[in-house]
Amino acid sequence: MTPLLFLEQTLNGLQLGVTLFLMAAGLTLVFGIMNMVNLAHGSLYMMGAYYCATLLQWTGSFVLSAVIALAGAALTGILVEVVALRTLYSRDHLDQVLATFGLILFFNELVKILWGPIAIFMDIPGFLAGTVEIVPGAPYPIYRLVVLGVGVLVAVFLWWLITRTCLGMLIRAGASNREMVGALGVDIKLLYTLVFGLGAALAGLAGLMAGPLYVVEIGMGDSMLIKTFVVIVIGGIGSIRGAFVAAVIVGMVDTFGRVVPAMIGLTPSIAEMAIYILMAAILFWRPSGLFPARG
Amino acid sequence: MRRCAEPISAVTSMLEVRGIETSYGPSQVLFGMSLSVGQGEVVTLLGRNGMGKTTTVRSIMGLVPIRAGEIVFDGRRISGLPAYRVAKAGLGLVPEGRQVFPNLSVRENLIATARPPAPGSGGEAWTLERVYELFPRLKERENNMGNQLSGGEQQMLAIGRALMTNPRLLILDEATEGLAPIIRAEIWHCLAALKAQGQSILVIDKNIDALTRIADRHYIIEKGRVVWSGSSSELRADEAIQHRYLGV
Repeated sequence: MTPLLFLEQTLNGLQLGVTLFLMAAGLTLVFGIMNMVNLAHGSLYMMGAYYCATLLQWTGSFVLSAVIALAGAALTGILVEVVALRTLYSRDHLDQVLATFGLILFFNELVKILWGPIAIFMDIPGFLAGTVEIVPGAPYPIYRLVVLGVGVLVAVFLWWLITRTCLGMLIRAGASNREMVGALGVDIKLLYTLVFGLGAALAGLAGLMAGPLYVVEIGMGDSMLIKTFVVIVIGGIGSIRGAFVAAVIVGMVDTFGRVVPAMIGLTPSIAEMAIYILMAAILFWRPSGLFPARG
Repeated sequence: MRRCAEPISAVTSMLEVRGIETSYGPSQVLFGMSLSVGQGEVVTLLGRNGMGKTTTVRSIMGLVPIRAGEIVFDGRRISGLPAYRVAKAGLGLVPEGRQVFPNLSVRENLIATARPPAPGSGGEAWTLERVYELFPRLKERENNMGNQLSGGEQQMLAIGRALMTNPRLLILDEATEGLAPIIRAEIWHCLAALKAQGQSILVIDKNIDALTRIADRHYIIEKGRVVWSGSSSELRADEAIQHRYLGV
């Protein structure tokens, strides 16, 4: 592998990693704090992309569309939490899986009704089009670098939110002892709704940024969802730090897992297995993940 | 319930628990439990293990639903409210087993759920500085995580955490259980200091000697109801009662 190809693939891997992190941050908080398995997280990714694609057609401004789509994803998440998920917190995981799987079908149908079955192609916004030479002779798309930068900024923001703010303290306290947080006068339901809305906004952000790179289509969040679950399991459920580290690792392994086997003549299907082999190996070594939030 | 008439207290009642019944599933734990705590009073709930002391506290705090009776705080009915609204009404819980947040630092444990006092409640508000003054040890361990503390330090933290919500009534459930005598003495000393500042306290514990020195009144409960109530001097004088219900 040439150094330039290695650099390019590293950046691709990092960019996939931060996208996975945006998904995983919300999912791991919801899973860690509320003990809730939410399969519909991928639907929020999809909704973020659809909102942004539609707004972009109306307004022509990517930034404006992205901001409104973020708010839309957060509101969609809050609506889902208040209407459907609140009743599921006290149920067991199987009920949660069934109900939120139902939500996936609901959202896929909803998108089909509202937007039709045909995929939407989003253009890379004009001011972010083109490439930049990171090192001489190695052009790299500006848009992908921006996605990477946004992901890192969000990670820094979340780190600040979780470790430095009162809301973050309550989120961590809620993850370790929900009842006690309530008994000290905090409306835990409201806290949950806020956390869920935040997680939905992050999933929406991941989706709308992925829009111009891939294609906006029904079920686009499903394959992301599976990788995201791998990320939060590897990172340690409930841990933002774990989600970040694991997202970068999974992004890298998945990216290089596609390049390296092809180069040495192995079947590319090994790429599909790489992250699961990684997960099994890490869980064998650390059964609660890299950074377990509890204990 | 007639045979244990409420002692007439000179102070007005702040907390009134009236004939509550609480069950866990099919097994009933409280059978018409009644008690009251007045403004500035220190009241204890005594009794052997399994008699319903912690269930009484959990019922008051809204952590388990009551099936009958009512709980009134400051003339407002708080039974049926979710726990966070009971806490906001002015009750501060120091729970059984301390339950400090293990993944938060000492300082974060104190400020995460802190609340200013309700308007017009009087008294000096609790701040980090005042809690550190009461428990200098917590100041030393400010940046340690909750799970790095000794049992005694965790207990101090649990008390400090409750005080930071500026409660009108502080409820301590087994605050000295499992602690070394010297730490225990420190906790009692702290409760006496709180009482001197006019803090109303409901305390569950087994150390009758210490409690009769600090508390104003006592309730002895057995099988989910009050079987005796009276002042500290009455309790000290009545060894038969102590022996019969408390096994001392």
